[in-house]
Amino acid sequence: MLTIWAILIDGLIYASWLFLVAAGLTVIYGVMRILNMAHGSLYALGAYASASSIGWYYASGGDQLWIAFALLAGCAIVIGAIAGFIMERGILRLMYGRDEVLMLIVTFALLLILEDLMKLVWGTTPYFAYQPYAALGRFNFGVLSVSGYQIMVVGVSVVVGAILWFWLERTRTGKILRSIIHDREVSEAMGVNVRRMFTMTFVIGAGLGAIAGGFTAPIISVVPGIGVEVIVVAFAVVVTGGLGSITGAAIGALIVGLARAASIHTMPQLELFIIYAVMAAVLIFRPNGLFGQATARKI
Amino acid sequence: MMRLQKTEMLLVVAALALGLSSLISPDWLVFTSTLAIAAALVVMGVVMLMRAGLVSFGQGLFYCIGGYAVGLGGRFLGVTDALALVGMGIVATVALAMVLGLLLTRYREIFFAMLTLAFSMILYGVLVKSHGLGSTDGFGVVNWSILGYQPDPGHESATGLWLAIVLALAAALFLNRYFQSSIGLACEAIRENEVRVEYMGISRRQVLYINYVIAAALGSIGGSLTALTAGHVDPTMAYWTISGEFVFIALLGGTGHVAAPFIAAFIFILVRTYAVELFPNSWQLILGVVLLLIILFLPKGIWSLFTQKRRAEA
Repeated sequence: MLTIWAILIDGLIYASWLFLVAAGLTVIYGVMRILNMAHGSLYALGAYASASSIGWYYASGGDQLWIAFALLAGCAIVIGAIAGFIMERGILRLMYGRDEVLMLIVTFALLLILEDLMKLVWGTTPYFAYQPYAALGRFNFGVLSVSGYQIMVVGVSVVVGAILWFWLERTRTGKILRSIIHDREVSEAMGVNVRRMFTMTFVIGAGLGAIAGGFTAPIISVVPGIGVEVIVVAFAVVVTGGLGSITGAAIGALIVGLARAASIHTMPQLELFIIYAVMAAVLIFRPNGLFGQATARKI
Repeated sequence: MMRLQKTEMLLVVAALALGLSSLISPDWLVFTSTLAIAAALVVMGVVMLMRAGLVSFGQGLFYCIGGYAVGLGGRFLGVTDALALVGMGIVATVALAMVLGLLLTRYREIFFAMLTLAFSMILYGVLVKSHGLGSTDGFGVVNWSILGYQPDPGHESATGLWLAIVLALAAALFLNRYFQSSIGLACEAIRENEVRVEYMGISRRQVLYINYVIAAALGSIGGSLTALTAGHVDPTMAYWTISGEFVFIALLGGTGHVAAPFIAAFIFILVRTYAVELFPNSWQLILGVVLLLIILFLPKGIWSLFTQKRRAEA
């Protein structure tokens, strides 16, 4: 019984982190049909921004927790949005209309560039921002002890998911975006400024990736290469749920999160393997993921 | 008798010239050339898939299996013959590719790309966790011989180069014919329009399946050659950024000709050797920028420079 509770709690925590990481990826794909391989780098960028700002704040004598959190989220969002804007306006815009696969390679090139730019700016020594994590303490549920920070990440993830859902389903902008997803040319003919919508979507998606990195920074040591590892896992989540669907990303995150937690508590040697096994299993039966829509065959 | 085509004669001549040049060129160049040929073999597999409209971000899977087959065969089975080791890699790879191919031929575009990526990452994960095989450090490859001939310690690299040349020449000659064969042409047709290919009575899954398995075998040979030359294998061979490098080389060369991957691989390996030494922290930056420039200005790769010139002359 204890193991089951541990699996549920760990799975939920991991799933909420996965959702944060994957949300931006699925938003960008859904609207723009670009699978952004540089999403992991945006995550790393957010992590670096928040780790260095928090490090600076505590080193200069600050001890207000709420300012630390404001810095963490603020710096991550701002740097992610700026990077996203530059990437979309400067490079991706030149490539629109090419194959989806070619866009994958373009974003791979962006990933390579961003990885080294980060090394040039932040060096190769690790950054730590443990203070917010330590400040929130631990909570006990019976014999299980969970850190307060991780409970907060679950909350952040739920809030982000709710905002995204509301934005896409209940606002005017969301409706326009859904019309672009449905048929880009017709929306354009109806007077939708598709290019501006693309820029906005990419900036928001990039910001989401950076927030995920920002909130992860206090849990990990921020080193070069964290982004490269994240992108594959985020992709697995998004594909399991169905590319381009927010609900899908949430369900995919829950399935993958619980499966990984179950494997850690029962068969730890399968940990790395299980994420991809879940993905492959889902794809065998539903080639477009759980919530994905099949595309029409072209003749 | 099959008539020798012009391309085939040129390939044979180029191979002989490269082999003979190893007599005079310095050791590091021989070593680099062998690595470039090994990479080009893997890239030929990537190119084969590209001709069918598929981009594989997981060719490192077969590259790694080829490498580990050499390492494991020498270490646990006591096999030291290079050809036998390469053969073992091919057998293991083809067996795996025949299973994975059943699943992967159902997917296109980014799904194919990311699924191949995921499979290679599974192997990476398994190898990192297997401490008996040195975990992330990998392990060394035994001293190898070829058909009973044991190369002198100082002249291993030249023998390695000859082995690579022979295997690569065989692969290039085969591919040159393959691209003109009905399956090779059907692959290009699938890239253009799958449904019409089906209308003509060709099974696209069968065509893609055969194409995928051959591409995998080439990847394995490349991995085996790298392991024999470098004398070491480690799990990063299966890491997805390595597969990304192969995609990079394939785009650099273009899919127009069997010789293109070789030229591109030579440029890539030579530039990398210097760039990693001179700018260790901005090597990937250069790579990324060049990749973007190729996509923007040379969408058909370096090879298109040759063909454009010839067309201009004619």
